[in-house]
Amino acid sequence: MSTALYANTLAELAEQLATGKVSAVELTQAVIDRASTVEDRVKAFNSTQPEDALAQAAASDARRSAGEARGPLDGIPIALKDVIAVKDQPLTASSRMLQNFVSPYDATVTEKLKAAGAVLWGRANCDEFAMGSSTENSSFGATANPYDLTRVPGGSSGGSAAALAAGEAVATLGSDTGGSIRQPAAFCNVVGLKPTYGLVSRYGLAAFASSLDQIGPFARTVEDAAMVLQVIAGHDRRDSTSFRTSIPDYRAALADKKGPWKLGIPKEYFGAGLDPEVAAAIEQAITFYREQGCEIREVSLPHTEHCLSVYYIIATAEASSNLARYDGIRYTHRSAEAKDVVDLYFKSRAEGFGPEVKRRVILGTYVLSSGYYDAYYLRAQKVRTLIRQDFLKAYEEFDAILTPTSPTPAFKFGEKASNPMAMYLSDIYTIGVNLAGLPGISVPAGFTSAGLPVGLQLIGQPYAEADLLAIAHAYDSAHDWRTRQPDL
Amino acid sequence: MSIETKFGVSPPDGPLDIGRIAFLARIELTTAEAAQLSIELGEVLQHVEQLKQVDVSNVEPTAHAFAVENVWADDEAQAGLPVEDALRNAPAQRSNMIVVPKVVE
Repeated sequence: MSTALYANTLAELAEQLATGKVSAVELTQAVIDRASTVEDRVKAFNSTQPEDALAQAAASDARRSAGEARGPLDGIPIALKDVIAVKDQPLTASSRMLQNFVSPYDATVTEKLKAAGAVLWGRANCDEFAMGSSTENSSFGATANPYDLTRVPGGSSGGSAAALAAGEAVATLGSDTGGSIRQPAAFCNVVGLKPTYGLVSRYGLAAFASSLDQIGPFARTVEDAAMVLQVIAGHDRRDSTSFRTSIPDYRAALADKKGPWKLGIPKEYFGAGLDPEVAAAIEQAITFYREQGCEIREVSLPHTEHCLSVYYIIATAEASSNLARYDGIRYTHRSAEAKDVVDLYFKSRAEGFGPEVKRRVILGTYVLSSGYYDAYYLRAQKVRTLIRQDFLKAYEEFDAILTPTSPTPAFKFGEKASNPMAMYLSDIYTIGVNLAGLPGISVPAGFTSAGLPVGLQLIGQPYAEADLLAIAHAYDSAHDWRTRQPDL
Repeated sequence: MSIETKFGVSPPDGPLDIGRIAFLARIELTTAEAAQLSIELGEVLQHVEQLKQVDVSNVEPTAHAFAVENVWADDEAQAGLPVEDALRNAPAQRSNMIVVPKVVE
């Protein structure tokens, strides 16, 4: 069976567009048709804009006819997580608080994708304000995992991962604060890249935890992820934490940078709680790299056991501050029940925020409150330093660190929804990367006996995305897990 | 005058009172929500107790993974957000202003 148009890789489709084998309108229509077939079951999107997308595609075809194509992303349908601003389109963050919000401006990544000619289509579902690991916290209903509709797609960027896996986009963007790109990528058999903190501008991203948040791509292959990263990376004066660095040719690096590499296996990531079938898939990946001549040795990241505690103090503290802006006054849901202006804050926030957002804002408020700041927040920031030093010490010996992305494959709806701590533990292998500000990528690494995808995580050195992508590409290009499409 | 006194609202007493934290967070909670959050907050706080075992003497805190340095922008005038765009999501507006409940007597 030949691959359906919507299921091709971005690299293949860019070639087909360039040679005139397919038009942007044909491709966009194929993606829209696919979405209309599967979306009632997958529910990846909070909203879609098919007519607007077709108009963008027609403009792309016109540019190409005039010899003015803007590069490999010109005419490629891409969906954005519903926390990234697209001018004149809804941005809900999957929250009732922003149910009627329309973005007055473009995020920087949106501007860059538009400048590259991408066809922006669809606002992908996510956990409310990106807080969650299953997309069950969306105020507008959960997204299903295309590989098993009774299971979650992961989160918080579950809609972005599921849309791509289901053929409803050719690439997507998500955001990753503690694993929110990599974990859903692992659950949905796609590639997900969380860049180094500061490589991609956060301007126009609805903030969750500003020292941890980073926007990154979901794609079918590492090569496709490199092509999207090429467009969205780079300094932006509107994000004060955006890093001034030159951006290499990431796609060229895939071929230019050759191993063998030195890969560290952190022993703390292979203990209790790791699903045996996930462990077996990762062992096979380790064997692959060893056969390629890579030097693979155990490494210790001794403060790993504290990552979850540090994360839930720092992320909630920052969230409680960031979400103070949703006050019912200027651009959010406003309660109709309020007696006065103070009551308006209390009631608008009570009505607008869902349970997990309330839980995190309350926790964050507590750890920052007078008398508790030193005991919780300051101490967590100090342990964060130790966690970061663990990684930097490992990089004195290793090019990258190899781990499972998540301890288990996709879990059932409701399985962890009633127990916040159990849900938080599904991010145990990904949150250290955010605390240390490092780049991490999840690559499809096989399936369990029940047919659930498994993800391999590679963690790179700061701003060494070119090397990280090359290491990941070595595995990805030698395997064909992505060709096992979901049965929808 | 504190904002609480000014608007006739005062924080509930009690150091570990979920009501006090909800007050600081400006979120109205139902009794059931407060009870549930009290249990869940307790569980998370119990988990993070482990951080007390870590020796953090002589360790500097990390606020950002990479040093954030001051950057001077060129002093160039740039167009801001037009008023109609800034107001397009306002729940209530009149004469280029956002309407709020009365705040002065």
